[in-house]
Amino acid sequence: MAVLEIVGVTKRFGSLLANDGITLSLAEGEILALLGENGAGKTTLMNILFGHYTADEGHIKVRGEILPPGSPDAAIAAGIGMVHQHFTLADNLSVLENVILGRESLWSWRQDKARGRDHILSMARDFGLEVNPDALISDLSIGERQRVEILKALYGDAQVLILDEPTAVLTPQETESLFETLRRLVDQGRSVVIISHKLHEILSVSDRVVVLRRGAIVGTVKTADADRDSLAELMVGRAVVRPKAEPMAPGEEVLRLHKVSLGGAKLDAVELTVRAHEIIGIAGVAGNGQADLANVISGLARPTSGHITLFGEGPAQLTPESVVAAGVGRIPEDRNAVGVIGAMTVWENLSSEDIRRPPASRGGIFLDKPAARARAAELIEAYDVRCKGPDAETGLLSGGNIQKLILARALSREPKLILANQPVRGLDEGAIAYVHERLLAARRRGAGILLITEDLDELMALADRVAVMYRGRLSASYAVSEVTVPELGLMMAGQNREAGENSKDGARHAV
Amino acid sequence: MARAMRFEPRERVSVLAAAAAPLAGVAVALLLCSVLILWTGESVLEAYWLLLKGAFGTKFAITETLSRATPLILTGLAAAVAFRAKFWNIGAEGQLYCGALAATWVGTGLLILPPVLMIPLLFLAGALGGGAALLVPVILKNRLKVDEVVTTLLLNFIILLFVSYLLEGPLKDPMLMGWPQAAPIIDEGVLPRLVERSRLHLGLVVAVGAALMVWLVMTFTVWGYEIRAVGHNAAAAAFSGIKINRTIIRTALLSGGLAGMAGVTEVAGLKGYLTLDLSPGFGYAGIAVAMLAQLHPIGVLASALFLSAIYVGADSMSRGVNIPTYIADVLVATSMLAVVLSVMLTRFRIRFN
Amino acid sequence: MDVIEILATVGFWAATLRIASPLIFATLGELICERAGVLNLGIEGIMTMGAMAGWMWVYQGGDLWGGVLFAAAVGGAFGLLHAIFTVYFGLSQHVVGIGITLLASSLSFFLFRMILPAATTPPKITAFQVYEVPYLSDIPFIGQAFFTQTPLTYLALAVVPVVWYGLYRTPVGLAVRMAGENPAAVEAQGIDVLAVRGGAVVVGSAFMAVGGAFLTMSAFDAFYFGMVNGRGWICIALVIFASWRPMKALFGALLFAGLDALQVRAQQISGVFIPYQFFLMMPFVLSIVAMIFMSRSATYPKALLVPFRRGERI
Repeated sequence: MAVLEIVGVTKRFGSLLANDGITLSLAEGEILALLGENGAGKTTLMNILFGHYTADEGHIKVRGEILPPGSPDAAIAAGIGMVHQHFTLADNLSVLENVILGRESLWSWRQDKARGRDHILSMARDFGLEVNPDALISDLSIGERQRVEILKALYGDAQVLILDEPTAVLTPQETESLFETLRRLVDQGRSVVIISHKLHEILSVSDRVVVLRRGAIVGTVKTADADRDSLAELMVGRAVVRPKAEPMAPGEEVLRLHKVSLGGAKLDAVELTVRAHEIIGIAGVAGNGQADLANVISGLARPTSGHITLFGEGPAQLTPESVVAAGVGRIPEDRNAVGVIGAMTVWENLSSEDIRRPPASRGGIFLDKPAARARAAELIEAYDVRCKGPDAETGLLSGGNIQKLILARALSREPKLILANQPVRGLDEGAIAYVHERLLAARRRGAGILLITEDLDELMALADRVAVMYRGRLSASYAVSEVTVPELGLMMAGQNREAGENSKDGARHAV
Repeated sequence: MARAMRFEPRERVSVLAAAAAPLAGVAVALLLCSVLILWTGESVLEAYWLLLKGAFGTKFAITETLSRATPLILTGLAAAVAFRAKFWNIGAEGQLYCGALAATWVGTGLLILPPVLMIPLLFLAGALGGGAALLVPVILKNRLKVDEVVTTLLLNFIILLFVSYLLEGPLKDPMLMGWPQAAPIIDEGVLPRLVERSRLHLGLVVAVGAALMVWLVMTFTVWGYEIRAVGHNAAAAAFSGIKINRTIIRTALLSGGLAGMAGVTEVAGLKGYLTLDLSPGFGYAGIAVAMLAQLHPIGVLASALFLSAIYVGADSMSRGVNIPTYIADVLVATSMLAVVLSVMLTRFRIRFN
Repeated sequence: MDVIEILATVGFWAATLRIASPLIFATLGELICERAGVLNLGIEGIMTMGAMAGWMWVYQGGDLWGGVLFAAAVGGAFGLLHAIFTVYFGLSQHVVGIGITLLASSLSFFLFRMILPAATTPPKITAFQVYEVPYLSDIPFIGQAFFTQTPLTYLALAVVPVVWYGLYRTPVGLAVRMAGENPAAVEAQGIDVLAVRGGAVVVGSAFMAVGGAFLTMSAFDAFYFGMVNGRGWICIALVIFASWRPMKALFGALLFAGLDALQVRAQQISGVFIPYQFFLMMPFVLSIVAMIFMSRSATYPKALLVPFRRGERI
C-alpha cells in the first residue's frame, strides 16, 4: 500500500494556477524527488501536504486515511514531517526548545525537558545528526541548523519526511552527508520526498522523479532510467541551454580591495581584484561574509581597516550614493527586502538610485514625473519587464520581473563595475537565461563583474576566476579551468586547496 | 474557524472604494455609539441632531467648529507626516506647548514689530520650538536606537510639568492675582479675527496653507519621495542611496514644527495668552485626524473638520440632553479603529479555504 | 534628613512596595504581550479602565476581590479587541494601541460620569485594608515595611514567580516566546499562532487592568480623572529595562518605585528651593534614562511588531 496518495490536488492564488490536478503516490521506503524549476508549484504542493495551505480541489490520503486539510497539526499527527526551505527556527532560543515546541499539550502545567533532551540525543545518534541541545540557534552554522530542522521533523516519529530544497545552503560534502542520513532513514522503512531543482543531486539520491512544470505533472521516471538532459528538458519544456561565458582577455582594473576588514570577524583582510571584461565568482556557504563583502562594496558598510580602490581612484570612502554616481551597478541578494520598495510604483523604483538627478528630478528638489515615467517606459520595453506600465505597483510583479526591473536600474547606465549577489535565486529557467545573457553582454561591453553565488553550476558557467569565502576570509582566486567543483566544496568547508593552513600571502592572488 | 480565513491583497483598489472606506468606518462608529446613547436613556436621533446643530446650526457654531479645527489640522498634519516615515511621533501634545512657549517668549514684549512681520515671526518661533522638542527623541533614536514611541510620550508629561513650573514662576503674569497664566501676546502678534464677534482667527488660513504645502512637498518633491520610501522600506531606501538618518531628522523637524504651530494658533489666536489648559488633548486627537485621513494632507482638512464638529457639537449637545461630553472622545476613538479596519478591508480580500 | 536617613525609615520601604504594585502588574502584562510579538500601546487606557471598573464594582455594592476579577475581565475584553485588530487582521500595532488607549480612557470617563453625574468630589469606597501577615509583620523594621501591605501588593509579588514559571517552564510559555521570535516556527509545529498571540494579549491586558484597579482599590480609594498619569507608558520603558524578563521586571519596578518614593520625600524636605514640578518630572525622566541605558544592547523579541499573515505565499 502506498504510504502517501495525492489525488487531483488543485490550488489557485488569485489568477495564478499553482497546482493543476496533481496525482502522485509515494511508496514505503522510497525516496521520491519532486523536480521543477522555480515557480513550478513544488513548494506549494508540499505546503498543502503539510497543511500550511488548503487545496481548492482534490484530497490526500496517508496510509489509506484521508488527511484533514489545512492543519499542520493533523499532518504531524499523521506522521508527516517537513524540513522547510527557510528554516523555522527561533535564533534566540535553544535547540531543545525549538525541537520540543508543541510536542506537549499546551494545557499542561509541566514541561518534561529531560525526556526531550534524551530523545534528541538518541535520535542524533541513530541518524548521525550531531547536535548540542542546549546551544542557541544563533550560535550554530547553517549546516547545524539544518540538522536541527531535520530533528524537529523527525521528533514525532515522522514516517514521511519532506525536504524543501535542502541542499541550497550546503557544501557538496555536507550534501553527501545529508544523503547518507536520508538513506539510513529509508532503510528503516520511512519515506522521503525531496524537492529540488538540482539535477545531479536528484540523480544521485532519489529512486523516482516526478517532474512538475507550470503546476502540472509532465512526467514520472525511475531515476535509473533518467539522465540530466532528459530531465532538464522535461523540467523546462524545451532544450535547456544556459549561456556560457566565451573567453576574453581582461582589461583595466575596476575594483580592488586592499586587506579590507570589517569589525569582529565579519571580513578578515580580504584581497580582491576585478578587471574589465572579467567575471570574478565568489563561492561560499551563506553566512561566511558574502553579505558583508557586498555591503562594503555597495557603500552600506564602512571597513574597519584596509581600503578600496574604485576605477583606479582611491582609497575611496564609499556610500551608496557615491558608488552609484561612480558608475557601479548593484544587484542585491534579496530583491524584495532590499532591492525594491513593493508599495511604490515601477517608475519610482526604477528612479530610486537617480532620484536627485535628471530625468527624475529638476534641480534635485522637484520630481519630474513625466520625464521619469517616460524613461521608465523605455526601460520596461528594453528589459522586458512584464507589468501594467510605469504606474504599476511593484509588489504585484512576479519575482522574475522584479529582478528584470533591478537589472534595468543597475545596467541601463552601462556601469563599468557590476556587483551581482545571487542574481538568479528563485527564478525560473527563462528568467535565469535572461539575466545571465545580460550579464555576459555587459562583460562584452567592458564591465567587470563580481558575481556572488551559492550555485556552483552558475559559477562554473559564467566566471573567469573563482574565489571562496570562508569565515570572512577570501581565498586566493583561481582560473575556472584550474579548479573542480569538489575542490571548491572543500574550500567552502574551510579546507584550503593546499593541505594545511589558510594562506594569505600576496603571491597567489589574482593578477 | 479562524484557520479557514486568509487575506489576499487586491490587485487594484478603486478610487471609489478608497474614498468610501473612511465614511463606512465613521458610519459604523456612529452606530456603535448610538448604543451608548440608548443606554443613557436618551433618544439617539435627538442626540445626533443636537450634535449636528451644535456644530453647524448657527453662524457662531460654524465659526466655533472652524476655530477648533485649526489646531487639529496642524497636529493632524504633524502626525501624518511623521507616520508616513514610520516615525511614531506621539508627542505632538508636548510639541504644541513648546511652540506656545516659544511664541510666548518672543511675543510678550521681547520684540515689537508690525503685525505683518510679528505674526510670521511668532509662527517661526513656534515651529522651531516644536521641532526642538522632537530633536531629543530623534537623536536618541538615530544614535542609541531608543524607540521614539515611549520617549515622545513621556516627554509630553515632562514638558507639561515644565510649563506648569514656568507659569507659576518666571512666566507668571505679574498683573494677575493668583491664577497661573503668562502675560498676553502683544497686540501686534495677536492673530486677527476672520469673522466679527467670533473666535475664528487667521490661524485657520495658516493651517489650510500648511496642509497645501505639506501636500506639495509629499507629492512633488524629492523630500516627499524620500520620506515615503523610508516609511515603506528603510532597508531598500538605504540601498538606493537615501540617507535614512537625515530623512528622519527632516521629517521630525517638519512634524514637530507643525505641532508647534498649533500651539501658536491657540496662544496668539484663540486665547491670547499661555495657560496650562491650552490644549485639551489636541496632540493626541491629531493622531486620530491623521488616521481618518489615511495620512493624506488634504484629507486631514476634512477629518479635522469632522473631529472638530464632534467636539463642538458634543459640548452643545450635553447641555440639551443628559449625555456626558466624553461621548465625543468615544466616538472619535471608535471612528479611528473602525476606519483603520475598513481601509484594510478595501485593500485585502478575504479568502475562505 | 539626607538620602541615607530616608532609606533607613520604614515608611520609605513601605511606600516603595505600594508604589511598585501597579507597576508590577502592568509591566508583567506588557511583557507577556511583547514576548508574544505584540506591542500593546493600549496599556494606559486599559489601566484607566481597570481602575474605573474595580471602583465601579465596589461602589455598586460588590466585594473587593470580585472587583479585581471584574477589572481583569474588562481588561481582557479590551485585550481581545486589540488582538482582533492587530493579530487577526494584522493592522498597525502602533495605531491600534493608541486607538485602544483613547477608547478605553474615554469610555471609562464616560461611564464614570454616567454613574456620578454631578459629583464634585469623587466618593470614596471601602478599599482593601492593610493585612498584617501573622508573625512576619512582627519582625522589627522588615515586618513593618514588607509585611504590612494590602492584599493586592502580596498578590503582585506572588504573581512574579508564577509568570516566570509560566513563560519558562510550561509548553504554552514556550509557544508564547516562540511566537515572538519566529511565528512561522510555531505554525510549523502545528500550533495556531493567532490563538497563542491573541491569548497572550488578552492575559497581558487583564494584568494591566488589575494594575489599574490597584490604584482605586488599594492606593486612593476613589477614581478620578487622570489618575493613571502616564504609569502605562512608564511600564513600557520598564519592560525594555527588564529585558523582557519577569524577575528583572520586578527589580525594575521596585527600583523605579524606590526612586519615586525618594523623590516624594526629598520634595518635602527641599521644596522651598526646587519647584515641586521638577520632582514630579523625575519618574518620566528616569524612564527615559532607563531606556537610554538599555536600548543599545536590547534584544527585542525578533518578531515584535511583525504581523503573521497566514496563507501568504511563503
